[in-house]
Amino acid sequence: MTAKTHFREIEGRSPGFLALLAGLLVLVGLGLLAAVLKGTHGHYITGMNNQVVWGLPHIFAIFLVVAASGALNAASFSSVFGRVAYKPLARLSGLLAMTLLIGGLVILVLDLGRPDRLVVAMTHYNFKSIFAWNIFLYTGFLAVVAVYLWFMMERRMNGYVPVAGYVAFLWRLILTTGTGSIFGFLVAREAYDAAILAPMFIAMSFSLGMAVFILVVMATFAGTERPLGDLILRRMKNLLGIFVAGVLYFVLAYHLTNLYATRLHGIEAFVLLNGGIYTFLFWFVQIGLGSILPLVLLFHPVWSQARRVIAAAAGLVIAGGLAQLYVIVIGGQAYPLDLFPGYDMSSSFFDGVVASYTPSLPELMLGLGGTAFAFLLLAVVMKFLRVLPTSLADDKVDPHVSSKASTAQSAPAGA
Amino acid sequence: MSTENSANVSRRQFITGAATAVAGLTVAPGVFLLKTAGAANGADPATRWGLLIDTSKCADGCTACVRACHEENGVRSLGRPKTDAQWIRKVTLTERETGHQHSLPVMCQHCENPPCVDVCPTKASFIRPDGIVLVNKHTCIGCRYCMMACPYKARSFIHEPLTDQKPHSPRGKGTVESCTLCVHKVDRGEGTTACVEACNKDGHRAMVFGDLNDPSSEISRRLKQEGSSAIRADLRLNPAVRYQGI
Repeated sequence: MTAKTHFREIEGRSPGFLALLAGLLVLVGLGLLAAVLKGTHGHYITGMNNQVVWGLPHIFAIFLVVAASGALNAASFSSVFGRVAYKPLARLSGLLAMTLLIGGLVILVLDLGRPDRLVVAMTHYNFKSIFAWNIFLYTGFLAVVAVYLWFMMERRMNGYVPVAGYVAFLWRLILTTGTGSIFGFLVAREAYDAAILAPMFIAMSFSLGMAVFILVVMATFAGTERPLGDLILRRMKNLLGIFVAGVLYFVLAYHLTNLYATRLHGIEAFVLLNGGIYTFLFWFVQIGLGSILPLVLLFHPVWSQARRVIAAAAGLVIAGGLAQLYVIVIGGQAYPLDLFPGYDMSSSFFDGVVASYTPSLPELMLGLGGTAFAFLLLAVVMKFLRVLPTSLADDKVDPHVSSKASTAQSAPAGA
Repeated sequence: MSTENSANVSRRQFITGAATAVAGLTVAPGVFLLKTAGAANGADPATRWGLLIDTSKCADGCTACVRACHEENGVRSLGRPKTDAQWIRKVTLTERETGHQHSLPVMCQHCENPPCVDVCPTKASFIRPDGIVLVNKHTCIGCRYCMMACPYKARSFIHEPLTDQKPHSPRGKGTVESCTLCVHKVDRGEGTTACVEACNKDGHRAMVFGDLNDPSSEISRRLKQEGSSAIRADLRLNPAVRYQGI
């Protein structure tokens, strides 16, 4: 059994914390400014156009939504898979999942052409639309995780935590299936229209959510000067490595399947060989920096023992995930629709040519603003609720560790 | 100790309140589900309006249909080609094997099974009983998912404020739009569209508008006698815009 965990609010009076809040508030303000500018002048001030209709805000939003689902990993490991080592982190895990999702949704809503019609989206439903399903999946996820958190934090409800944990775990799998299917269900575009996008997004949620969670745990424990042992970090970094490999597997299966079909050779050549920025992002950032290098860092017997290396690997996984989403979302739109197979096509409406897209400052502001909002919520709630354990020192995670440590002090972090 | 307890109570209340609020947000939409979407009144379900385009008669470089459509519906260039709306466009095709070139107009194909209608979260994209695919400008939230889903690149998003719109052709910033098959003319019983009128006026007679469900209509007779094809027929969307010569 694990030693009893104590949770305590963060003090929230240190200059560092206040500076963090101020910085996040500035970013949120810039995001709101971008939304106001876009609302006043229209989307032409962004880089999006009639060819690339979803841009940088959608990359940020999808990243946050996918990472939100994965941020719940630690809670699920504890409640669903009975891994007690994760139990002290379950509250933070649930809270981060909620705030990341809220941040992503704020971006999506503020990027709508008519954000003022949010109430229309909440009152008019087309149940054939995966988008409409997602509205239920997102709001439902927030509700389920809120109840889950309440059960965890309210002693008399503790007995129901496993049930809530199961529901939340199933819900996050369905949610990410829904997010992947936004693209998977698009028959018109060659880069999409693939059932494998749903499980690929689930795998991405595990790896991106874990990467964000590791960084949040390291930052909050360092910022509040609470002890964080190597034991829990090693477990998490090993899992992160497995998840990164899982995403690579789905990427490999997706491209191999496409490469087998002659009709998809065009889009594959575009992503893998001659797509310019998309090819660069795919090979250099997504595969090289975002997958291979983190795998090396996370499993290297010596390097992986250093916390900086683990943090760097998590950061690289996040960069790789953003690149992957950029290739999927923007690359998939930039590649021209093939209306007339066997013909070259041209028109004043950019038919038959690779669409150009340059992300604009307002888009970046909106994306960063939503992300900052997620972390602002996290920081504020942690100040008022007992989310963070007072210690994750190795003996708190596993009481037997002190005896183990004395016998095997130089055990490698890997494997 | 007592302050500690009261703090706990307020926290409990906070969490319970937050949970209730989120649950309310989730459930509330369901309350409205009983309301049916009231769209498409007056359209005759026995009719299916469509277009036949004979590309062999479509002159290279002629853009009469495009100009007429945009004039009729008040679609103007704002000098930004990447974000300017185009309801209809002339496309030049070059056969890769032979180098043979010809051109044809492409617009909303008014599919029987439109992907834009399938994906629209609010039912703003809808198909009338007479087969015309439209966007309800009151319920379009500007998510652009229909533009992602359309295989014909037929839709445009309004990227900036508009003025001087035509009363019969509502348009506005932040919503998506496309060819309406001149629904205002159809509903007035004119039996034609601006593009077809312009093509006939120029003497090309490359476009025919009519009722695909009426076997005696010109469009139905010609389709039966001469045959036709659809763009992306492999998707089985059964578009109401048919082409000859591609």
